[in-house]
Amino acid sequence: MHELSLAEGVLQIVEEAARTQSFSRVVAVVLEIGQLSSVESEAMRFCFDVVIRGSVAEGARLEIVNTPGLAWCMKCSKDVALETRHDACPECGSYQLQITGGTEMRVKELEVAD
Amino acid sequence: MCTTCGCATGETRVEGETHHHDDPLWHVHEDGTGHSHGPAHTYVPASKYRHADGTMHDHHHDKEGGHDLHYGQGPAGGHAPGMTQARMVQIEQDILGKNNGYAARNRERLAERGIFALNLVSSPGSGKTTLLCRSIDMLKGRLPVAVIEGDQQTSQDAERIRSTGAPAIQINTGKGCHLDAAMVGHALDKLAPKIDSLLMIENVGNLVCPAAFDLGEAHKVVILSVTEGEDKPIKYPDMFAAADLMLLNKCDLLPYLSFNVKLAINYAQRVNPGLRVIQVSATSGEGMEEWLAWLEEGAAGARAGRVHTVDALKRRIAELEARLAAK
Repeated sequence: MHELSLAEGVLQIVEEAARTQSFSRVVAVVLEIGQLSSVESEAMRFCFDVVIRGSVAEGARLEIVNTPGLAWCMKCSKDVALETRHDACPECGSYQLQITGGTEMRVKELEVAD
Repeated sequence: MCTTCGCATGETRVEGETHHHDDPLWHVHEDGTGHSHGPAHTYVPASKYRHADGTMHDHHHDKEGGHDLHYGQGPAGGHAPGMTQARMVQIEQDILGKNNGYAARNRERLAERGIFALNLVSSPGSGKTTLLCRSIDMLKGRLPVAVIEGDQQTSQDAERIRSTGAPAIQINTGKGCHLDAAMVGHALDKLAPKIDSLLMIENVGNLVCPAAFDLGEAHKVVILSVTEGEDKPIKYPDMFAAADLMLLNKCDLLPYLSFNVKLAINYAQRVNPGLRVIQVSATSGEGMEEWLAWLEEGAAGARAGRVHTVDALKRRIAELEARLAAK
């Protein structure tokens, strides 16, 4: 359940932004979570609801934008889609893959009100 | 981490000390109290929350929040002429940015002192502490070692390490499931490892959560023991992907088990084609010299980096002094 720590990280970023960009209410928080990152979206939703209580983001809607897993296949010499870290290249079956996308865990944007 | 209210605070201790929450990584509750969780909420399904005093209230997780003033629902609803009520703020920040900042600071501190730091991760019971004790014994007179021990509770592991003669400090994470970079920073303040030494950080026994948290180490080393399943690398791929070295431990037991070494290594390298593997046994000593050679090579690299920096600084000082003398 490291999603709790991650949700707190999200809240810290939001609170920091509230100070620097002067807004007092957060309507929505948009996260970008990669398919190959170590975040379980459902656990993140649960933890988000827990940590935002009493904060500037209380009641905010959480939007999670999932980014697909991508890897560079050394045999095919191209980017291929990857669902999990232990998958083979869907085209040639090789495991010589370098992950190139889908590991993001970012706060992308906020919808705020003054 | 508290499962009642979700805070990461209160229960983390660096060997007996409670944190004073002066660190922004740990949050303080609105009422400013410590973390006895007396005034905590209890989560009740259907968006109701119960306070410790028994009162309950609703949190409406609808679009506009439950308690606030509504000036028109949603973006551009507008409450004043020419003004937009809601606006989008681009953030584009890594959720782990704060932890990564602390980790970078740790890494800098370690590099300045030529310390080769490793983050040892595994499931509970893989034999990490025994392996550490054996490694420390064998490195005596070769390389100074200091240890940071992470566990939820007790300082038993730090005591085991200290009995080998190496300095060790225990971090108790309370209910937390992993070490983070700020905890390690505090531990470094107290432990003050020697210049040009080896620092082993034994993470909380957990194959999931520690994968995401950079502590400032040079490498993550994952330990898999042959009494576990050979398919752990594909069951818990994040950790094996994050590591640079896998130690296959308890190899002295292989004759009594049906563990398929080749398959385990194959699975691990599926997840991480560049993963190096060393088969060891802390009990029989098998493979230990190969592991120690890897440690010594890394420590030599860290030392060379420090010397290089010091030399570069000395050259810079000489250069500036020459310029000053010429004025």
